[in-house]
Amino acid sequence: MSEMFDAGRWKPGPLLPKRDPRDGSLVFVVAVLCFLACLTALGALAANRAAHGWTSQLTGSATVVVRAQGAESPDAAAGRAAETLAGVKGVSEARALEKEKAEALLEPWLGHEALLDDLPIPRLVAVDLDPKAPARAAALDQALKAAGIDATVDDHSLWIADIERGAGIARWSALSVFLLIASAAGAVIAFATRAAMAAHRETIEVLHLSGAQASFVVRLFQARFAQAAALAGLFGAAGATIIGALARLAGGGQGLTPVLPVAWIDLLAVVPTPLLAALVAAVAARLAARGLIGELA
Amino acid sequence: MRYGRAAEVLRDVNFALAPGSFHFLTGPSGAGKSSLLKLIYLAERPSRGTIELFGRDVEAIAPADRPFLRRRIGVVFQEFKLLDHLSAFDNVALPLRIAGGKPEAYRHDVAELLAWVGLKARMHALPPTLSGGEKQRLAIARAVVGRPDILLADEPTGNVDDAHALRILKLFVELNRLGTTVLIASHDEDLVARSGQPVLHLDKGRLRAFGRNVRTEGAS
Repeated sequence: MSEMFDAGRWKPGPLLPKRDPRDGSLVFVVAVLCFLACLTALGALAANRAAHGWTSQLTGSATVVVRAQGAESPDAAAGRAAETLAGVKGVSEARALEKEKAEALLEPWLGHEALLDDLPIPRLVAVDLDPKAPARAAALDQALKAAGIDATVDDHSLWIADIERGAGIARWSALSVFLLIASAAGAVIAFATRAAMAAHRETIEVLHLSGAQASFVVRLFQARFAQAAALAGLFGAAGATIIGALARLAGGGQGLTPVLPVAWIDLLAVVPTPLLAALVAAVAARLAARGLIGELA
Repeated sequence: MRYGRAAEVLRDVNFALAPGSFHFLTGPSGAGKSSLLKLIYLAERPSRGTIELFGRDVEAIAPADRPFLRRRIGVVFQEFKLLDHLSAFDNVALPLRIAGGKPEAYRHDVAELLAWVGLKARMHALPPTLSGGEKQRLAIARAVVGRPDILLADEPTGNVDDAHALRILKLFVELNRLGTTVLIASHDEDLVARSGQPVLHLDKGRLRAFGRNVRTEGAS
C-alpha cells in the first residue's frame, strides 16, 4: 500500500529533473574537450619553458679562442685569458679548456692521426655570464686586448637569432594550438548545451505558459548547465593533471623530455577550467533559453 | 491567424466574452478551436487583427509584462503538458510557485483541490504512472488552482467517464460563479447540451454562431 501523502510536510521538488540520461553525454563531451584543452595548455607552457631554456643557455655563455703569442705557451695564454675574463663585470666564471678537450673538439674534422703535437691548436676559454647582467662581447674583447692577449670572442650571436626565432615559432605554435582547441572546446560546449536545452523544450513551454518570466526560466537552466559543465571541466582538468604529473615524474627535473619540460607549477594552469567551462555553458544555456522563449512568445 | 506560410486557420473571427461569462467552443475537428484558444492564452500571435485581454491590446503589451497576464489565465491543454518528473502535487502547485507564493500559504489548497478532482490517493504519483483520466483531472486542477480570471480548456472531458465529466463541469461552473470567465472547447455534444451554456461555433476557421446553445434551444 502506498504511503499517505502529508501536504503539511510537502516541500517543492526541483523544477528540473535531478538526473537526466541526456546530461551524461553532455558531461562526457565537455570533459573530453576540457581534457584536450588542458593538455594543450600544459604543452604550450612546456614549449614556452623549453624555448626560454634554449635562448638563455646561449645568451648565458660565450666562447673565447685564444692564440698564443711569442714564447708564451698556448696553455699559459688560455690560463691568463681565463684569469682576465673572470675579473670582467658580468662574468660569473671563466675556465680554460685543457688541450685534450680542444683536440677532442677538432677531432671530427681533422681526425686523430693529424693531431700532431707541434700543430698550433688554439685554446678555448668557456665563459659563463651573469644571467642578470651579462657582459657584452665588446667588453670581453676589450679586457683581453688590454691584457695583451690575441683572442676572438664568440658570444653565439650568430646562433642566438636563429634559436630565438625557432623558439618563438615553437612558443606561438603551441599557444595557437591551445587557443584553437580551447575555442573548439568552447564552441562544442555551447553546441552541446543548446542541443541538451532543446530536449527540455517542453518543460520550458510549460513554465512559460504557466506565467514564468523569461529570467526565471533562464536562471533555472543556466544554473543547471553551468553545474554540469563545471563537473565536466573538473573531470577534464583532473585527467590532464594526472597526465601532466606523470610526465613530470617520468622525466625527473627535466620533465618527460628535455624538449618539453613540465614543471609542477604548470599544473596550476588547469585550475580555472571548471569555471571557464561553467561560464561558457551558462552563457550558451542563457542564449538557448532566451531563444526558445522567444520562439514560444 | 496562420501557422508559418500555411493557409489561414482562423479568419473573420470577431467576438467578445463578457467578464464572468461561460461559453463552450464547438466545431468539428480542424475547425480552429485549439488555435483560437492558443491565441487567447498567448501561445500564438494573430497574423492580422487584434486581441484584447482584460481591456488591453495584447500586441501592445511589453514582453516582460506578458507572464503576468498569463498568470491570470488558466489553461487545460488537450495534451495535458504535465511535467513528468514532478509529482501530481508539484504539478498542481506549479503556477502558484511560479507566481512566487510560499508553500505554506498554498499547500493545503492544492491538497484540497487534488482531493476534489479525485486524486487524493495519487498526490505523490508521477504523471507517467497516471491513467489518461487522472492526467486530465490533474491538468484541470493545475489550471484552476490559481483562481484564474479566465479559464480556457481544450477538450477537458475527452479522457474521462461521464461521471467525472459532470464533476469537472460542475467545478467549472463553480469557478464561473466565483467570477472566472470560462471558455471550453469541446466536441462532447451531450455535455454542451446538458450544460445549457452559450456556444461559439467554429467551422473551417470561421465563427458560425455565437451565443445560442442550439441543442438546448431545440430541446426546450
